[in-house]
Amino acid sequence: MPTIKAGEEYGFFTDTSVCIGCKACEVACKEWNQLEGNNPTFLADSFDNTGDLDAQNWRHVKFIEHVPDQSATTGDGTAWLMMSDVCKHCKHASCMEVCPTGAIIRTEFNTVFIQQDVCNGCRNCIAACPYGVIGMNQQTGTAHKCTLCYDRLQGGLEPACAKACPTQSIQFGPLADLQQAADVRLATLHSQGQTQAQLYGRDDKVYGGLNAFFLLMDKPETYGLPNADNAKLPSRNDLGGYVGAAITAVLAIVGGLIAFRRRGMG
Amino acid sequence: MVYLAAEHFVRSPQWLWYILFYFFFAGLAGGSYAVATLLRLSGEARDEPAARIGFYVSLVATVLCPILLTADLGVSWTRFWHMLVDVTPGETGINFKYWSPMSVGAWGLLVFGFFAFVSAAEAWLSDRRGSPLVPPFLNRVFNVVGAVLGIFIASYTGVLLSVSNQPVWSDTWSLGGLFLASGLSGATALIGLLMRYRPEAAFSLARLHQAAGYFSALELALIIVFFVTVGAAGTLPRVLPWLALWALAVAGVAAGLVGARGHMRVMMAGGSAALARVRLDTVVVSLLVLVGVLALRAAVIFSAQ
Repeated sequence: MPTIKAGEEYGFFTDTSVCIGCKACEVACKEWNQLEGNNPTFLADSFDNTGDLDAQNWRHVKFIEHVPDQSATTGDGTAWLMMSDVCKHCKHASCMEVCPTGAIIRTEFNTVFIQQDVCNGCRNCIAACPYGVIGMNQQTGTAHKCTLCYDRLQGGLEPACAKACPTQSIQFGPLADLQQAADVRLATLHSQGQTQAQLYGRDDKVYGGLNAFFLLMDKPETYGLPNADNAKLPSRNDLGGYVGAAITAVLAIVGGLIAFRRRGMG
Repeated sequence: MVYLAAEHFVRSPQWLWYILFYFFFAGLAGGSYAVATLLRLSGEARDEPAARIGFYVSLVATVLCPILLTADLGVSWTRFWHMLVDVTPGETGINFKYWSPMSVGAWGLLVFGFFAFVSAAEAWLSDRRGSPLVPPFLNRVFNVVGAVLGIFIASYTGVLLSVSNQPVWSDTWSLGGLFLASGLSGATALIGLLMRYRPEAAFSLARLHQAAGYFSALELALIIVFFVTVGAAGTLPRVLPWLALWALAVAGVAAGLVGARGHMRVMMAGGSAALARVRLDTVVVSLLVLVGVLALRAAVIFSAQ
């Protein structure tokens, strides 16, 4: 584990091809960040009962279950896909773009962080985050998400989830090192015939690049991730929205002036 | 697990009742101010009582807006002012992000509140004096600036929804215009409704209904644009469960159009015999339009959540 220094870019490389769905990352995250967790529920639509990322779940191991209706025999079954999901710490972060209070900042480690003493619970970031990462903590009345263990980084420690992951599916480190490791791993998988393997967020096609990027074993949509064509910032609609309103305003004013014009009524 | 269109994997912000009523009153606040200004710009002295109703309505609706927004913050309500001031340690300063409609809207509401207050106070003092307090030219200049802000307040809420990654909201550019047209329709309906308490304002009633007709026509066109754009984005199935609300919204638009047509006939006939019936129609039409304004916002807000 290299020394963690302010001013350098850090992130996660999550290799879903070796995730075994143990959820040790979820537990470690809750333990370190003192997250109480939601009340236990039985979702009954999956072997995953965490459900989603939210204010209490900053790591969530997704189970993508392609269970066939017919019994599978050796070689014709479809493997489950598992992915430890987390805030992507986007270079161009939708949440940060719309936050009206300045609560969402980029830290000295180039991660995206919600300042709890500044956030006022407006929830604009929740409406904007394309990954459904952010949730409201009802006790504090503020938005919560993965901090990439900001406090641990400041103390020179790697994030709790990466520390706990038993299969090295979650790797933490300087972003450049992680990208290099991801390229090597992808090449290895491709050479083994796993041609569907692909990196998500490694380059700048998705939100300018993700500090928490992934190696996926299927297309992004399968994992609930917008593909490069659909990864758009909220501000794309600023111009159209205001122009539409302005045209309406002009037409309405003309209508009003016609209706209210003086015409010598008795 | 079933996923919807690839673009939308977002969580719902749970903007519900407080926000719905905020959008409703913001539309009425901005719309009333704009309609009152247009009445004043007509140059017809007999429109002044109706214009003053508009400024009173605008102030009352404007006062409700920050109360609703603050209530929506829940336990963080004491931090409402963080919308305007960045309290980040070491980087304290003014918050203004022109690309974030919520940030611009917070400032817009504050500045518009000043205009709404001054104009309502001026109307009230002029009513008490029995003559205008401020020279008409100055008044009009002030009102025009206030009306521009009012139009912003009535429309930015729609743009705010679009500037997100939510299904439906972010799939259309029509919401800003739609909320504005609807806010103006609602404002004319409410001013018309309140005229019964100020008989001298009745002079403007027929023309108010005519204006409501234009605003309703705009609203109808934008509802069509909304459905076309959302349909093209593939998120129409999210809208369909709220068709009952859409039906109410369209009923409000229809009431505005029918009311305008009826009053234009009365205007052309010029008969006073129809006046009592017209006033009854006004109550029915106005209430339908106002319910439609609320239903439209509810349909849009709930469609994504």
